Amino acid sequence: MSDMRQLYQEVILDHNRKPRNWGAIADANRHAEGHNPLCGDHIKLSMNVLNDKIDAIAFEGHGCAICKASSSMMTSAVKGKTVREAEMMVEEFRGMTTGTLNPETRENHLGRLKVFAGVKDLPSRVKCAILPWHTLHAALTSVVSVSTEGEADPIPGSEIGGQ
Amino acid sequence: MSIAGKNIDSIRADFPILNLQVSGKPLVYLDNAASSQMPQQVIDRIVRYQKAEHSNIHRAVHYLSELATREFEEARVKVQHFLKAKESREIIFTRGTTEAINLVMHGYGRSFIGKGDEIILSGLEHHANIVPWQMLAEEKGAVIRVIPMNDQGELLIAEFEALFNEKTKFLALTHVSNALGTINPVKEMVAFAHSKGVPVLLDGAQAAPHQAIDVQDLDCDFYAFSGHKMCGPTGIGVLYGKAQLLEKMQPFMGGGDMILSVTFEKTSYNVIPAKFEAGTPPIMAAIALGTAIDYLNGIGLDNIAACEHELLAYATKRVSAIPGVRIIGTAAKKAAVLSFEIDGVHPHDVGTILNADGIAIRTGHHCAQPVMQRFHVPATARASFAFYNTEEEIDKLVEGIRKVQEMFS
Repeated sequence: MSDMRQLYQEVILDHNRKPRNWGAIADANRHAEGHNPLCGDHIKLSMNVLNDKIDAIAFEGHGCAICKASSSMMTSAVKGKTVREAEMMVEEFRGMTTGTLNPETRENHLGRLKVFAGVKDLPSRVKCAILPWHTLHAALTSVVSVSTEGEADPIPGSEIGGQ
Repeated sequence: MSIAGKNIDSIRADFPILNLQVSGKPLVYLDNAASSQMPQQVIDRIVRYQKAEHSNIHRAVHYLSELATREFEEARVKVQHFLKAKESREIIFTRGTTEAINLVMHGYGRSFIGKGDEIILSGLEHHANIVPWQMLAEEKGAVIRVIPMNDQGELLIAEFEALFNEKTKFLALTHVSNALGTINPVKEMVAFAHSKGVPVLLDGAQAAPHQAIDVQDLDCDFYAFSGHKMCGPTGIGVLYGKAQLLEKMQPFMGGGDMILSVTFEKTSYNVIPAKFEAGTPPIMAAIALGTAIDYLNGIGLDNIAACEHELLAYATKRVSAIPGVRIIGTAAKKAAVLSFEIDGVHPHDVGTILNADGIAIRTGHHCAQPVMQRFHVPATARASFAFYNTEEEIDKLVEGIRKVQEMFS
């Protein structure tokens, strides 16, 4: 990807500047933390799941623009969805950013999240986009802490820093 | 621009990779602190070795083995002269700086550092000069003490001296910081450590490519560096050690070449340096390192240091003049490393956007997380220069930084 505007679109830059659903939910019944050792991306996700639906969701933390925008847009996208619908979106988002799902040719529920499709051409940045989705999956399955370290990596070891 | 009377264009012509196009733009390679590029002379040497000289060394009596052995041992002598070591047997080939430090930890540390003993490190260290000592401390019940630094990234010498006591058994210190570029006053620090009877290892990974090294003048006990940061290949590095220390150390790895005789009851070890070179070494890489040293000597390490100093001064002036950009690491004495952050933009976004213009910088914690913690940043963007870089390339970096700011404004 040579034109950075394809990735750093206005919608991504806007969510980076003004992340939606920022903060923590006081009486959350699901929460998880995600950590990306490459960037130092670190997010905390909290939500309330009521009657199998994501009733409320919020995140906070720090990270690169891709990670923050992805977190912000994810929280907007899954609010009101059932756990199963949200898990399906986790799979679809992962497929899109790792290149196994072409959102233009296969049916999906990603909608505006398609702005992250370009990240698949930047293997070292895929994890930045996926981190909130991993964290969402962890929260839904009540695993409290996740790291991108343990996940399948398009470039093995790419986030282990050298000099 | 010229170096040692040679036009910069003719020097750049030695490096085929500098002609590469990345993202449709000419490559601007500013990640030399991670790994430098290789001149044609070294590439040719590798090809010649593989085509006409390769065999295993120190073993057979046939033509190729004797030729490879001679070339390998000549490379050792080149390294000896490069470091101004007293004897070639004080030069041990390793896979890199990391292995060299681990060798000292195992060979020296495990014999001479015990429970309650103290090891002094600096806050500027690369993980390669932290983790092995932590492993030793954990195994032995030893204690790690850390030399703090000021806001410029300079070690606090009074605090350094105050760390010493009768339990201090070792000082492991970087010559030049990979994250900030600080050049430490290692000669004075070695002298102080020696006045307390404490041996010193210097991590020279970032120093050896950029300035002349004289281990006898520094009087350090160990000096480690890597070939791939000084125009050589990966997989080769060097540990220099004073002969009398190397002789009383335990081997690091066991195997062929490091023995005099083996029975199932008893093995007697070879003399140095063979004692520390178990198994078939990276023969081609060692010979290529020798050629890389010839190449650097051809330009002259003092000329290289002067040229890189100019590049750093120019880059510092240009980058620090951009509003919203902060340079991290402003020591009075610095090697050609420029770590910076841009207000409101994560370093990884900076790196990705610069890459789209063919500009290669490093972003991240640079394997020096304690340095990042000291400056309260998760990561930095780092441009690092070599003698083949130009002011025009620094101009492109500045342009790239402005583009990032514009995109994120």
